[in-house]
Parts: sequence; C-alpha cells; structure tokens
Amino acid sequence: MWTLLQIELFKIFKRPRTYIAFVAITAIVVLIQLALYLDGKTYVGFMLQSIERFNVEGKILNGYFVCYFILQTLLIHVPLLIALVGGDMIAGEANMGTLRLLISKPISRSSLLISKFLASTVYTLLLLVWMAILSLLVSLLIFGKGDLMVFQSQVIIQIPQSDVFWRYLAAFGFAAIAMTTVAALSFFLSLFAENSIGPIVAAMSIVIVCTILTTMDLPLFLSMKPYLFTSHMLGWKGFFDIRATDANSAIPGSIQNLPAILRSAFILILHIIFFVTAAVVIFRKKDVLS
Amino acid sequence: MSAIIKVSNLSKHYREVKAVNDISFTVNAGDVYGFLGQNGAGKSTTIRMLLTLIEPTAGTIELFGRNLFTQRKEILRQIGAVIEKPDLYKYLTAYENLSLFARMSGVSVTEKKLNDQLAQVGLTDRAHSKVRTYSQGMKQRLGIAIALIHNPQLIILDEPTNGLDPQGIADIRNLILHLSRHEGKTVVVSSHLLHEIELIANRMLIIDKGQKIIEGSVAELFDPAQTLVHVEVSNPHEVLLWLQASNWSSYIRDQQNNTILLQMNRKQVPALTTDLVNAGAGIMAIQPQNSLESYFLSLTTENRHVDTFTN
Repeated sequence: MWTLLQIELFKIFKRPRTYIAFVAITAIVVLIQLALYLDGKTYVGFMLQSIERFNVEGKILNGYFVCYFILQTLLIHVPLLIALVGGDMIAGEANMGTLRLLISKPISRSSLLISKFLASTVYTLLLLVWMAILSLLVSLLIFGKGDLMVFQSQVIIQIPQSDVFWRYLAAFGFAAIAMTTVAALSFFLSLFAENSIGPIVAAMSIVIVCTILTTMDLPLFLSMKPYLFTSHMLGWKGFFDIRATDANSAIPGSIQNLPAILRSAFILILHIIFFVTAAVVIFRKKDVLS
Repeated sequence: MSAIIKVSNLSKHYREVKAVNDISFTVNAGDVYGFLGQNGAGKSTTIRMLLTLIEPTAGTIELFGRNLFTQRKEILRQIGAVIEKPDLYKYLTAYENLSLFARMSGVSVTEKKLNDQLAQVGLTDRAHSKVRTYSQGMKQRLGIAIALIHNPQLIILDEPTNGLDPQGIADIRNLILHLSRHEGKTVVVSSHLLHEIELIANRMLIIDKGQKIIEGSVAELFDPAQTLVHVEVSNPHEVLLWLQASNWSSYIRDQQNNTILLQMNRKQVPALTTDLVNAGAGIMAIQPQNSLESYFLSLTTENRHVDTFTN
C-alpha cells in the first residue's frame, strides 16, 4: 500500500494540472492581502459604521483578521480545486488508457483504489497547508498580530490575540475534513466516467445544489438539511464563536458550541466513509472497458 | 507439455450481445499462440478476461494451473501484457513510466535493469524524454518494455503491431520470436493481421462473432486442401452459371465483381483451368492462395457465403 501511495503521489505531483490549484490559491490570497494592505482601513470602517457606541482599541486590521477574511472568501471555492484532482483520479486513468494497465498488475483493486483516495487526500491536505501558510503566516508577517474581531450579523466577537492561533489550527483541521469530503465525492463520481470533466462538473453541481438547499429556509428542505454535507462544511467557523461571561467579556479557550462542531465533523467523516466504501465495492466488480 | 492457459466454456454477455460465447482453448508452455479474428470478433474481450479487467459471465480460466479469480495476484505476477494500444503516462518520461510499472509489478529493479530493458526495445536515446513526444511505434516499444520488465513467463500482446510502420512491425515480430526461442517465454498474440500471425505463431485460434471457429497448430491448419482459388474473368455471370451447372458447383464460395472464389485442393487447379478454357471463360487471372490468411478468409467468407446463398 505504501508503494502504491508513493506511486500515486509521484503521478499527481508530476502533472502540471496539479499546480493549478496552488497557483490559483496563491493568486487569490495575494490579491486579497494586497487589497487589504492598500485599502483595508476603508473596509474595516465600513464594517464598523453600523455598530453604534463601539470604541476600538488596538489594531483591527491584523494578520488574524486578514486570515479570517481570506478563509471566509476562499473555503467556498476551494472545493472546485479539490474536485479537479479528485475527479481525475480514476476517470483520468480511464481516459489516458492506463487504467487497464494498472488493473492487469498484481495488486488488488481495493488497494489501488484506497491508495488513490489517500493520494488525493494528501493533495487536499497539502493544498490546505499551503493556504494556511499564505493566509495565516504571511498575513501575520505583513499585518502583524492583534485581537481578532469577528463580525457577525448582530454582534462583534473579539478574541484576544493570545487565544487565536490554536483556533486557526483547529479551523484548518476541520476544513481538511470538509475538503476531504468533496475529494471523496468527486473520487466516487470519477468511477463512472471515462474523462475527468464529467466527475468534476458533477461534483461541483452536487456541492452547489446542496449548498442552495442548505441556505434555503423552506420547510420542505428543513428535514434534510442536517444530513447534507454542505450544511456542515462551514463548521470551522464555530471555533471562532467564543463564550462570554455575564459581564460580556470573552472566556479564553472556550467554544460556544463544541458538540455542534464535533457533530458536523462526524457527519462529514460518515460521508467520506460512505463515498470511499461505495467506490471500493463498485470498483471491485467493475468491468474495465476503457 | 504443460498448459499455461486453460480456458473452459468462457462467455461474456452484455445484455443481448454475446461478446464471447462459450470459448475453450489451451495454450501450452513455449507456444507462440496466435489469436485471430476480425475487429469486434471478441479477441480483446477474451484477453481482458485473462487479465481480470472483465469478469466473465460464465466459464473458468486457469493460468499456470491455478484459478485466475481465486489466485489473481500470484498469477498476474507472471504475466506481462500490452492491451490494445500502449497508453502510458504522457507527462512522464519512458524511464519514469518503466520504473513506476516495475514497482507495481512487485519487483525492485535496479537502474541498470531499467536501462537494459529500454535498450532492448531501442529507446536508450529517448529514455528521459516525455512520452508525449513519442511516436506510436516508440510507445508500442515502451509498452513492450513495461510488459517484460518483471521477467514474466507469459506475455500477452493485444494487437501489438497496430499503427506501426513496416520496420516497427518487423521489430516486434523479431522480438516475439526472440522471446519465444531464446528466452523460453510463452506468448499470446492477438491480431487481425493474419500474415503477421502466420510468420510467428506455432498454434492459433480463430474467433469470429464471439465464437471459436477453430484451434490447432498452424502447420495443421495450413492445409493445401483448403486452397482458395480466385478466378477473375471478363464474363462472370456466364462463368458462374456454367460452374453451378458443372462438377465444380460444390467448390464455389463467393463471387465479387469479376472474381469468382472457389475452394479446393491445390492439385485440382490445373483441371479447373482446363475446364474453364474449354467452356469459353474469358479468363483474366487464376490465383490460388495457399496461406493462413486465405484459410482465415475462407472461414469468414464461408460464413458470409452461407448467409448469402441461404437468403
């Protein structure tokens, strides 16, 4: 299995298309950082204007704030970049004609499939690590540290700077589970196609449709919402929802609703297990005609 | 001689389509086994079943005396294959492709072994070029290098000369003969290029519409009694009517434009020629074809002939 995983990673990182996602993330993050560096104060002023009697001490536009802003913007679009590789894992091999050569080798189909999924998971994690380095570490270098101000619909949450970094680590960990779910979905769809465009488009269509269902508050969809993976993909935000004392001051190290975050992570992991297991079961019996 | 491949009552059906229907055959150790058939005859489907790409609807496959579907990994370790066109990772070099598939075959190969294998197929100079820059012939040679890198006992080549120029075809032919004669490998070669099979195979099977037509040694099947005689005449309708009324009627197989096709023992050709001259046929050419190719054509045209004459 280790050899297979090494081979799959070698193939992934030898393909030019693999780096599209890294380049895209770099471009977006740098553009956001540049925009906030040049005109961030206007944006912060706009955010604060609706809030009366709010005295700000310290530097709101700091690295933590910029990272939160980037994550909010980017984690919605990263699934597309994940699907680019996940959707290509089997369908791409079928399209190239290499799948039949792989199957004729003395390796079990299950091992082959699982190694491919693990390789796409490693790719997903590396993409998130790259995103973390750019959005968190580089932002801290450029903008410096400070308390994190999280703007929600009616409230502003202020998290002391000493209590922020671990929250980002947890948030990226959660995002890894969420993005792996998308990788598993596109990987599963990849079984049924002989070119990678189909599964990539199908995966994104499912993500979009489920996201729409998640955001619509119609009674018809309410019962299915808890089971849709898209309802849980933004669970990382929960790490920035801090508990407060009666005097309305933040309790360091606290999370408002940890069980909800864990439940979301559990549901996402269940989705991953379902997609991968279904893929293995189908692939073991699949006739390779490509 | 021990059987390397033993296929019994193998079938593969896709709903109503019988891609392969109740085929049985045996390949012995050291054979160069020709697997002949027109496009769509069922050759590739059968080969894919031998390599576990496709699950049979019915039948059993034994390789090296073991059941393929219960001891798949052990069996596949001893097989090298090129399945249809050798599609490889175009963004990798030949060396990287070869190294990668060697590791997947379960063998640890040295750099020297990889280079030697590339040299055997004449790719030393381009070993570190991306495969996307390769010609079809070079890809085919790399595909064969990949099939051989783990020193398999059985080599399965599905249409190995497809898309090659005459020199490439000759190279592949020589390589197959070398593997059989000097390295003692068993080789299964499928092709619709019958002339190629005739030159390299010692045993063969002809498949048509998913069914086995015949299996045997090339020497046995290359029978003078099966000579096809192409009679080209200026007045085909009159000659055909005359032949149908004569003692030659049972030898008629087909008629295409000015050519009438008869099947007979080669020794009968002079007598036929004399009779045709005496009957006033406007003979333009009489061409007996006594090769495996004509034999194959005789079988397939016989099928068409029967269809034509029964309709």
